Amino acid sequence: MTVIEARGLRKAFGTTIALDGVNLRVDEGRILGLVGPNGAGKSTALNAILGLTQYQGELRVLGRDPWAERDQLMRDVCFIADVAVLPRWMKVWQALDYLAGVHPRFDRAKAEGFLAKTDIKRKSKVRELSKGMVTQLHLALVMAIDARLLVLDEPTLGLDILYRKQFYDSLLNDYFDRSRTIVVTTHQVEDVQNVLTDLMFINHGRIVLNCSMEEFETRYLEVSVKPEQVAAARALRPMHERQVLGRSIFLFDDGAQRTNNQKIGRQQLVALGEVRTPSIADLFVAVLGDKPGGTASQAQGVAQ
Amino acid sequence: MNTPSNTVPEAPINSPAITPAALPATRLFYWSLRRELWEYRSIYVAPLAGAGVVMLAFGFVLAALPHTMRKLSSLDPAQQHKALAHPYDIAAALIMGAAFIVSLFYSLDALYGERRDRSILFWKSLPVSDLTTVLAKATVPLVVLPLLSFAIAFVIESLMILLSSLVLLAGGLSVATLWTQVQLYPTLLGLLYHLVTVHMLWYAPLYAWLLLVSAWSRRAPFLWAVLPPLAVGFFEKIAFHSSHFADLLLYRVGGGSDDMQGNFDMHPGMHGGLGSFLSSPGLWFGLIAAAIFLAAAARLRRYREPI
Repeated sequence: MTVIEARGLRKAFGTTIALDGVNLRVDEGRILGLVGPNGAGKSTALNAILGLTQYQGELRVLGRDPWAERDQLMRDVCFIADVAVLPRWMKVWQALDYLAGVHPRFDRAKAEGFLAKTDIKRKSKVRELSKGMVTQLHLALVMAIDARLLVLDEPTLGLDILYRKQFYDSLLNDYFDRSRTIVVTTHQVEDVQNVLTDLMFINHGRIVLNCSMEEFETRYLEVSVKPEQVAAARALRPMHERQVLGRSIFLFDDGAQRTNNQKIGRQQLVALGEVRTPSIADLFVAVLGDKPGGTASQAQGVAQ
Repeated sequence: MNTPSNTVPEAPINSPAITPAALPATRLFYWSLRRELWEYRSIYVAPLAGAGVVMLAFGFVLAALPHTMRKLSSLDPAQQHKALAHPYDIAAALIMGAAFIVSLFYSLDALYGERRDRSILFWKSLPVSDLTTVLAKATVPLVVLPLLSFAIAFVIESLMILLSSLVLLAGGLSVATLWTQVQLYPTLLGLLYHLVTVHMLWYAPLYAWLLLVSAWSRRAPFLWAVLPPLAVGFFEKIAFHSSHFADLLLYRVGGGSDDMQGNFDMHPGMHGGLGSFLSSPGLWFGLIAAAIFLAAAARLRRYREPI
């Protein structure tokens, strides 16, 4: 069952193109990570999916047009947009009362159960909570909603590593099942490498990589090559090469798209050096280029 | 407060696919209004503070009351009325004035504040439509504040006359003059009439305009609410030597149609009466303008992002 389907999704802010004909399909039960440099169009894509921004092209979320039917869509979709969008004046009990009041799928007892595991007090105001606790609160509220799609836009920005780990742990253990779908954008890709089922890179408003994590693990191989083997490694046409502590790290795309349609095969690479699955960050650099921020410079100024 | 039940009917365990029916619109509206009262506590704090000031000051009136009553017989009836009823008129005006000022500030912030603190992203993540939100916000100055200020005035003035009566009885004086001069409940009825006709109906386009500006402006909503109308007025004055627009605004702010002259006096008998008020075109044009402003504010909110 398809949860999100986009065809030729476009969005421009003045002369800046934030989304340039994005085609996208997310099925039920997937956890998709949307990764891209600042201003690549990630947030714009999410905002379009959530009905927060207008767009051109075709987009259906759970069979609905998000821009025209935002309020109905939000019965089945939840989102945590950035950190700190919970109203600062609100008390925890007010948030629980309000959600129970307006959301047909909110299970108050469940939310209270999640909150019981934290130090958050019912009478606290959001402004009195630490950043990490606000995120815990928001997550507790959202996980108590029996939604079919959860959208997370930089949900762990500015949190320390413990809160971040806890965030994804509870998401996987207490929330996710095969009938739900999660779309997440984050810069902290190392946190989500073992969480995602699918990975998508987006740059200049276009999708530049789209694969499942199973595919990611078999297709992309990173080899730490011994100095005497560097020439042999280069002959196999790596997609990227970098130097770390005097060793050359090569990244190979061993997918079917190689021009000669000939797979290199793990065996051949093992002969060159230690073979492992690359991190998302390393693949990201290989796909988008080395220049820090350089790839994004043209797209700067694009709204979040 | 007695709230609608929070429990969501449990779906049978083996049929997770059952979609809960949409919640009734009245419930969404009710909770949207609730959250306004949580967020803007000045809605009830300010009129109550006004009532507090009234009660403090009234302590002095009470202390001097036996003395006032004794020398009352030497005054003519108009001065008698003034001496006794004055505190009640001021009390009503103070509570109503506090509520009115809150109305103006609330309306200017209602759709601006949620964008400034980014919480609009949270509100929009919930199944509540923009129209429901805007209508709930408009209800605060249009209905909640006028009725609340009436309720507070009713309680405070009843308390005032009760305390006065007790003081007089304790001093062995008659309460008859006090009650005939103050005419508390007819006056309160007049206050209610004034609140409904002027604060709810006649001022509706003012609040709606402020809400529209608060949905629209990216900064300084107060300036956007006030300066453009002034600019139009001055433009007309300079370019055409006329002041139709300024007259229109003054007519709206200053208290209504020709039929409503003296409408700030709280006695319903003092102006043209309900019939002529309801048949004045100014009322209906105002209400139409208010509806247009609110519809525009709801539409704008859909496009709005945090600022």
